[in-house]
Amino acid sequence: MIRHKRTATLRTLIQLAGFALALSGVAYAQDTGAHVGGLTGNPEVGKRLYRRFCVGCHGVEGNGEGENAQWIDPRPRDFVEATFRWRSTPTGTLPTDQDLYDTITRGVVDTLMPTWRPLAPQARVDLLAYIKTFSPKWKTQKAGTPITVPAEPPETIESVLHGRQLFDQMQCWKCHGPEGRGDGQSAPTLTDDKGLPIKPYNFHDGTHFRCGETNQDLYKIFMTGLDGTPMPSFADSLKPNDAWDLVHFLRTLQPLVNSKSRDEWEAYMKSHSNEIKPMGGAAGGQ
Amino acid sequence: MNFPFLRKCCTRFIFGVSILLFLSASFFLNPEPAHAIPAFARKYGLPCSACHISWPELNNFGQVFRDNGYQMMNDRDSPITRDASYFPATIRITPQWHRESANNQFIDNSPGTPEDGQHPGTLTTTGFDLSGLDMWFAGTLFKNISFSVLPSSDSFANFHFENAFVRFDNLLHTSWLNFKVGKFELDLPVSEKRLLTLSGDGGFYYIYHFEPFNDTNPFGGIGDNQIGVELMGHNSNSYTRYAFSVLSSNDGGVGFLYGVPPSPGESGNPAGRTYDYYGHFEQGFNTFGSGFMKVGAYAYFGWAPTFFQTSGGTPIYGRGNQPFYRAGAEWKWYFNKFLFKSVYLHGYDNAALANFGMGATPPPSPLPVGAQAAVWNGGFIEGQYIISPQWVIIGRYEMIRVAQQPNTENPKDLGNLDAFTIASRWNPFMFSRAGLALQQEYSWVRSRGITNQGGGFGTPCPTSACNVSSSSLLFGVDFDF
Repeated sequence: MIRHKRTATLRTLIQLAGFALALSGVAYAQDTGAHVGGLTGNPEVGKRLYRRFCVGCHGVEGNGEGENAQWIDPRPRDFVEATFRWRSTPTGTLPTDQDLYDTITRGVVDTLMPTWRPLAPQARVDLLAYIKTFSPKWKTQKAGTPITVPAEPPETIESVLHGRQLFDQMQCWKCHGPEGRGDGQSAPTLTDDKGLPIKPYNFHDGTHFRCGETNQDLYKIFMTGLDGTPMPSFADSLKPNDAWDLVHFLRTLQPLVNSKSRDEWEAYMKSHSNEIKPMGGAAGGQ
Repeated sequence: MNFPFLRKCCTRFIFGVSILLFLSASFFLNPEPAHAIPAFARKYGLPCSACHISWPELNNFGQVFRDNGYQMMNDRDSPITRDASYFPATIRITPQWHRESANNQFIDNSPGTPEDGQHPGTLTTTGFDLSGLDMWFAGTLFKNISFSVLPSSDSFANFHFENAFVRFDNLLHTSWLNFKVGKFELDLPVSEKRLLTLSGDGGFYYIYHFEPFNDTNPFGGIGDNQIGVELMGHNSNSYTRYAFSVLSSNDGGVGFLYGVPPSPGESGNPAGRTYDYYGHFEQGFNTFGSGFMKVGAYAYFGWAPTFFQTSGGTPIYGRGNQPFYRAGAEWKWYFNKFLFKSVYLHGYDNAALANFGMGATPPPSPLPVGAQAAVWNGGFIEGQYIISPQWVIIGRYEMIRVAQQPNTENPKDLGNLDAFTIASRWNPFMFSRAGLALQQEYSWVRSRGITNQGGGFGTPCPTSACNVSSSSLLFGVDFDF
């Protein structure tokens, strides 16, 4: 009788172990929908990491309402709404996993979002997998197709001049200001899609953009727009070469960045100051 | 009657009630959120858990933050980017109940009259108590210039500077060059200042301070903060790190004194005029899953005086400096909810230092009969199980074996040490304003043969009755505000 009970207990234990193994197997076999390189994210692990690192700002529910959110400007991203600014995909579409991974890795300069490079790559992908569980959009929509960034043409005075002309014609100065200081006449009225005040980028203060630091990153901002902000996509109105000219001009507004074209441009400005008209009809500017 | 069934029910009931009581106590001990906040969490709005496995022990993100000079490198590090009222300060103290016990102690046969003879016995004391107090100020003076000032007291409020330094970060725009000057914790394989165990027997790493019994080297160990300069570098995720320090040979003392004076008002011994050197290198690797591993090596080479130059009989500075070193290796593995750490140390004290450190003037010549260099090996292995960012279980075993006693007359195993510590550290809340941890801890340590030394209960000591075992039991409320 005792032997029978022991056998039954052993059988139950084996069944339980098998069940647990099967469950874990299912969990790992599932496509969690987060892939970067050869890595696949595990949302369960990501949840633990999120609770440790991210919850203070982004909140338990992922709605950007963590305990610190009230003190943070700009506010933390709302993962439930799933409107992401830093993308390689067209406006209105979801970002790729690589885009989100890059944001986690890089951090967002001039905000309280630090670089999470200290976390192992797998941990960052796990986090990404968990972040994607907050919004149903990830189940109903696919990420957009990344835009193509054509090869950058050479930086020339002509290119910068044309970029400046575009900056004027497209009225970028209304928000960013004629000198790119983020102090255009519309700047005080700007809000994001949650109605919170938002500041245009000040080219004079930063060496990095919030989505990177290369010319390609700046190009992508024009062509994808920053969803959730007043910064639209110019993919329909700017040709690739025009966008590159605009990039070359904007680089001349960044005194903290070492730029050959800016040095050449400043020399050109001095020698052609009479020919250069003020931006947007405003006095001053370049 | 089904007695086994009843017994099982009773056991489950008692277990359930215990858990319930524990949770209830924890709930009622949960205070209201504070309005002031620890220095860095307040500045960056991150919960303690972002930088700490459990505060104050750093995780890799916190390590990178520290290596960057307490900077996130997000253009919001300079104090000019903060509200003018921001002041980077925090205090830490641990009200506690603890029990300390040690066997084979000398107990007077007649209280108050030791001349009536003594007998071995166990001394046990219990009661409520306070830890020392840390008042820590740290942050950035400017972008890439950071600082730390930590006046620290014992539980009697006798203060000293635990650390005080300025660090110039990211020199030449590279994270590989950071220069620190002042008094600071050495870049040890595992930080002792950020230890998660707090009790009398478990609140430090023995290998960082150990010397064989009767070894007279005045050096307090690599666990003591030292004074000097440090050049340090790291890659972007601090997987690769190095540190090299040049230090005054005075065990972190100030005023050209050796070490911290024994008590306020006392001058202590003067230091020598030599310099010590410390180096540490570690390399991390990603392992399977989200884990990673770090391996490394370290070495400390130093000198300490064996007698003093005097003026009118008053010691002026140390002379007869003799060498010693500590060197070893580390292995750390962070995996899922587990963290394993192990550190090995090899120690050496020159024969003159081990037998006549900080001795009289002039030094004895020759050295005592049987004097020889002291050599020992030690290490610890520590495991942590991270139940959640708020709750961690810690276990540690530490072992030290003397390979060569300072004197050939000593028993070979004299002073050999084994220590074991287990602790639970639970944070009822985890946010960016303050830290509070409920600590339960038990530690035990055994030193072989040391009761007999000094002419205690018979010479030579015949049995393990001469071993001294001590233990600490602690229930504390560790808070940081």
